[in-house]
Amino acid sequence: MIHSLFLVNSSGDIFLEKHWKSVVSRSVCDYFFEAQERASEPENVPPVIPTPHHYLISVLRHRIYFVAVIQSEVPPLFVIEFLHRVVDTFQDYFGVCTEAAIKDNVVVVYELLEEMLDNGFPLATESNILKELIKPPTILRTVVNTITGSTNVGEQLPTGQLSVVPWRRTGVKYTNNEAYFDVVEEIDAIIDKSGSTITAEIQGVIDACVKLTGMPDLTLSFMNPRLLDDVSFHPCVRFKRWEAERILSFIPPDGNFRLLSYHVSCQNLVAIPVYVKHNITFREGSSQGRFELTLGPKQTMGKGLEAVIISSQLPRGVLNTNLNPSQGTYNFDPVTKLLSWDVGKINPQKLPSLKGSMSLQAGASKPDENPTINIQFKIQQSALSGLKVNRLDMYGEKYKPFKGIKYMTKAGKFQVRT
Amino acid sequence: MTDSKYFTTTKKGEIFELKAELNSDKKEKKKEAVKKVIASMTVGKDVSALFPDVVNCMQTDNLELKKLVYLYLMNYAKSQPDMAIMAVNTFVKDCEDANPLIRALAVRTMGCIRVDKITEYLCEPLRKCLKDEDPYVRKTAAVCVAKLHDINAQLVEDQGFLDTLKDLISDSNPMVVANAVAALSEIAESHPNSNLLDLNPQSINKLLTALNECTEWGQIFILDCLANYTPRDDRESQSICERVTPRLSHANSAVVLSAVKVLMKFMEMLPKDLDYYGTLLKKLAPPLVTLLSAEPELQYVALRNINLIVQKRPEILKHEMKVFFVKYNDPIYVKLEKLDIMIRLASQANIAQVLAELKEYATEVDVDFVRKAVRAIGRCAIKVEQSAERCVSTLLDLIQTKVNYVVQEAIVVIKDIFRKYPNKYESVIATLCENLDSLDEPEARAAMIWIVGEYAERIDNADELLESFLEGFHDESTQVQLQLLTAIVKLFLKKPTETQELVQQVLSLATQDSDNPDLRDRGYIYWRLLSTDPVAAKEVVLAEKPLISEETDLIEPTLLEELICHIGTLASVYHKPPSAFVEGSRGVMHKRLPARTGSGESTESPDVGTAAGGSAPEAAPSIIPSQGDLLGDLLNLDMAPPTTSGPPPPTTGMQMGGMDLLGGGLDSLLGGDLGGSPAMGAGFGAAPAVMPASLNAPVGGGLGDLFDLGGGVGMPMGAYIPPKIVWLPAMKAKGLEISGTFARRAGVIQMELILTNKAMSIMTDFAIQFNRNSFGLAPAGPLQVLTPLGPNQTIEVSLPLSTVGPVMKMDPLNNLQVAVKNNIDVFYFSCQYPISMLFVEDGKMERQVFLATWKDIPNDNESQFQIKDCHLNSDAASSKLQGSNIFTIAKRTVEGQDMLYMSIKLSNGIWVLAELRVQAGNPNYTISLKCRAPEVSQCVFQCYEAVLKN
Repeated sequence: MIHSLFLVNSSGDIFLEKHWKSVVSRSVCDYFFEAQERASEPENVPPVIPTPHHYLISVLRHRIYFVAVIQSEVPPLFVIEFLHRVVDTFQDYFGVCTEAAIKDNVVVVYELLEEMLDNGFPLATESNILKELIKPPTILRTVVNTITGSTNVGEQLPTGQLSVVPWRRTGVKYTNNEAYFDVVEEIDAIIDKSGSTITAEIQGVIDACVKLTGMPDLTLSFMNPRLLDDVSFHPCVRFKRWEAERILSFIPPDGNFRLLSYHVSCQNLVAIPVYVKHNITFREGSSQGRFELTLGPKQTMGKGLEAVIISSQLPRGVLNTNLNPSQGTYNFDPVTKLLSWDVGKINPQKLPSLKGSMSLQAGASKPDENPTINIQFKIQQSALSGLKVNRLDMYGEKYKPFKGIKYMTKAGKFQVRT
Repeated sequence: MTDSKYFTTTKKGEIFELKAELNSDKKEKKKEAVKKVIASMTVGKDVSALFPDVVNCMQTDNLELKKLVYLYLMNYAKSQPDMAIMAVNTFVKDCEDANPLIRALAVRTMGCIRVDKITEYLCEPLRKCLKDEDPYVRKTAAVCVAKLHDINAQLVEDQGFLDTLKDLISDSNPMVVANAVAALSEIAESHPNSNLLDLNPQSINKLLTALNECTEWGQIFILDCLANYTPRDDRESQSICERVTPRLSHANSAVVLSAVKVLMKFMEMLPKDLDYYGTLLKKLAPPLVTLLSAEPELQYVALRNINLIVQKRPEILKHEMKVFFVKYNDPIYVKLEKLDIMIRLASQANIAQVLAELKEYATEVDVDFVRKAVRAIGRCAIKVEQSAERCVSTLLDLIQTKVNYVVQEAIVVIKDIFRKYPNKYESVIATLCENLDSLDEPEARAAMIWIVGEYAERIDNADELLESFLEGFHDESTQVQLQLLTAIVKLFLKKPTETQELVQQVLSLATQDSDNPDLRDRGYIYWRLLSTDPVAAKEVVLAEKPLISEETDLIEPTLLEELICHIGTLASVYHKPPSAFVEGSRGVMHKRLPARTGSGESTESPDVGTAAGGSAPEAAPSIIPSQGDLLGDLLNLDMAPPTTSGPPPPTTGMQMGGMDLLGGGLDSLLGGDLGGSPAMGAGFGAAPAVMPASLNAPVGGGLGDLFDLGGGVGMPMGAYIPPKIVWLPAMKAKGLEISGTFARRAGVIQMELILTNKAMSIMTDFAIQFNRNSFGLAPAGPLQVLTPLGPNQTIEVSLPLSTVGPVMKMDPLNNLQVAVKNNIDVFYFSCQYPISMLFVEDGKMERQVFLATWKDIPNDNESQFQIKDCHLNSDAASSKLQGSNIFTIAKRTVEGQDMLYMSIKLSNGIWVLAELRVQAGNPNYTISLKCRAPEVSQCVFQCYEAVLKN
């Protein structure tokens, strides 16, 4: 199982180590640093690195490498999933997961890590159980603790730990009972030169924020459940009921959680909400290149495109650009060759464009590669796949909760080749 | 107020200050002090000096303080075992606390204190906790058994904890079941043959019930455990599959992949005509696709596994090609894996799409990725016959881009295409020849030369082209030199009249001026072939070559089956069986897919036939023999076939064989036997006989060289020296290859190294260092490499060793970890030395002392071994062993059996006594070893075996 954990910052210093079995010397990380040096970009460090006696499995989050050391045959996904859970927990506790935050809370971090793994076996990873065991630091509590001498560590066995619903604690009480669900879809797509779609898929999630008293039992039904044929559920969802009736039935965890994630890959269900007209040319023997880009909305179901940002990695040969945006601001970094254009909202009557010239290194041959254009955008109040929640019902408790559903679509990895 | 304040006190008297605070009367001050101590610990500072003071804080009712002290204890108890005993009482008391949280915490912490002395005190509390009324305590105790087993396995067995643990599998609480399974699985890993997890239908049923109710991590343990079960029949297998399928929709990807493993394995048993079989196939695709939308690290592991699944059951993902299309900002390791899977999924139906994508990738920025993409086009051509023409035209388009590395890569793959479809696409040769001048990589040059030689009769100026390469012959790499030699010989055989001069030139270049043995050998063989029988030469050199096929980059079926059983594990990421790399796995059991039962077997497609058989890979006549085959080498198939991606393979058999030849096999080579290759053997066997008549002077000179070499390698009499083996392959050490052996010469232990620089740059500033090891070996002087080591240069060094270095017990005992530094980097490798080099010269014991000592050593310390197939008589054996400082003290003959009594003294003063029984006519010896330190027996036995058989 998981032997040790090292946290490494972007400058290559180990700033925290934790051993669950015998102590592994931090020199084992030398193999990791070697791989890090070889990688051209920080994210290109391979996730599994063999060393003579150990394996190093790492994830990169918030510019911190979480390097787990294992000695025997352990499923790597198990380790990676666990590391992600560690990151999520830190973020949950401290608001941000940065080196400074971890150092500021080092004792809590240590207590948490000790509680999450025992001898390398996961012990408690559910955030609500952990929060009962170790209270998250808040300014108020710190003050109270210093005055009264009480501690951050819970004295009681967490109630959820052994129940059939380990994700929910008992005795939850709220004065305002509310349940909010956010349907968020991200569209990943590759569009080729001529504007036709090569691949497009939607990754959707339903994130919930449930603050309900007692032990509510919820059911959520959809207008069009047939869209959801590839889903992953939170453990609270009753799978049998879904199989039989296509209804989500569950006792929710307390607070924020991801109820389900789904994947729509069938091409004809994926509408492409934006198009790009582009003309990026370099001429042989000339030190100038042309750059023209126009954006427009496509199938957006009547909703507007917002927060549009265009970015593109221009070829190395480009020295500088002289472009003119019809709206928004653009920026070109001559060192990284990264062009970014913050467009803002797209007005269908007046399509935004970015036109101008690029200056190339004099005398160099024309660049071999074609830049790819990356688009980010948001569409409020609409799920691109058309998924719609039908109704939400609550059983098991008497009060009337306040319910809310929000839809949003974002661009994931939306790329246009030129 | 944040914890960062704990880091700030880095002044001189820090430890002193902390000590004072720890002993303070105020609770709050104490707690703050412990927090400071923990903070120092996390950043790797040594605060072990505070041990007694921290332990004093343990008796407290403040849970946080208690936890912090426990944290500290776990870290430092090992270094202060005597002090740790002080804490035992508190632990035992806490194990009886009314609060289950404290009981669990105590038993958990005790297990983490890895001190032998404490373990005995742990047994009673642990036994109680395993039967605790609170499941939280039970589940914690279950894990504790695994911890204890890690520290003292014997104790766990003696105390009967394993049986208690097995009982916990039937516990009413799913979390306890999951932890018991996890603990048993971990224990079973170090006991491959014990029947710890004997699964039967009843226990399987319990596991499946627990599966639905336990946490995600517990589900992983249970699924991995289920995967080891072999159902009795297809009905049982189907019912397990049905109960496992819901796990495919779990949000935790590790659960999903473990479920996929169980399903992939049990599917084997389902009849193919069953409806459920088809349903299951359909259900497997979506979760695998979903894994690809996760974080890149998860994607990588998923892709490595999908690679296996696609090879085993291509039908699952055949419609999902598009999800493997590369996004330009994927990390490179994801890109390369996706590319590999794209090729595996390529079929006639989707090839147009795939080619368009690959062509797109060929214009990306990352050079490595572009090369792989170009190679992928070639592999598609070889895989999908109907698409070959499109692939060739795509490659030609890419050549037109004139991007240097794209052109070179394209030429290399076009050569492969020629080998798959001979005489079909020669029309492109003209285009290829236009780019001749831009080729600067050896592989591309070699490929181009091969093409010119192969199609010499259709290229008008083939002789001119080859001649132009010949000008810089000495500067070329070996690969190009070999290829050029063969190509010119082919040309000569095809157009003998105009090219006689050229062939003579190349033969003399290869045989006289080259110091590369491969090149010389090949030169001689061609020379002799041409001069004795040109017709035979034609038959050999221009023989029809076997076609290459895409199977060259498939994983061999038996290995694939084993890997399918290991989906989701490290083995599946490395595509190697666990036995190949898991450390300390004593005889890992090879897992097999279960055989299909029921009807329908005869109607199955061949791929399932092999799967069901479990062995007997399909005969594939068109596959090239393995790379190291010498015959294949002669037929100049030595260019590597397209290789699969993934981590580099370990030292191949070919390299090892090569080293063996140099290490003393040369005289046998001259005797006429060369590694069992009939063609080569025959060629050489004939050589000495006809040499004076038909070979001219330079050839004789060359052979003389060989004889010289043979003499140089001759073994000095005396101690046995194992042949040199490669310790550090060049690809692991940025071009530095180290091979070597150990020897004892005149009482001095020497490490004999051969350093070879296979990189392009000069290496200097060599230094060497050893890790602490069992016998305290350490370099007695610096590594004497005074001159810089140029590219392709080799240097032999011998390093005297002393045995006065720091000692640490290694596993295996004779393991030595070495670090070698040069101007480029520091490299680490480990090697094993024969323990015989530690046998000192004054190891002959007095007879009386021997007898007394033999009796004195308890019989438990005696171990017996068999040495098989040794044909020496006892005297010869005795004198041979004497050379390695194994001294015969007495000899006795009883009923035709010679008993030899021997003594050995190790450099650290350990005596080993031995009794060797030799029966005339029986090649099997029996040896009994007695020693006060029985750990060394195994190593000593290995020495016996090595010495006697060499």
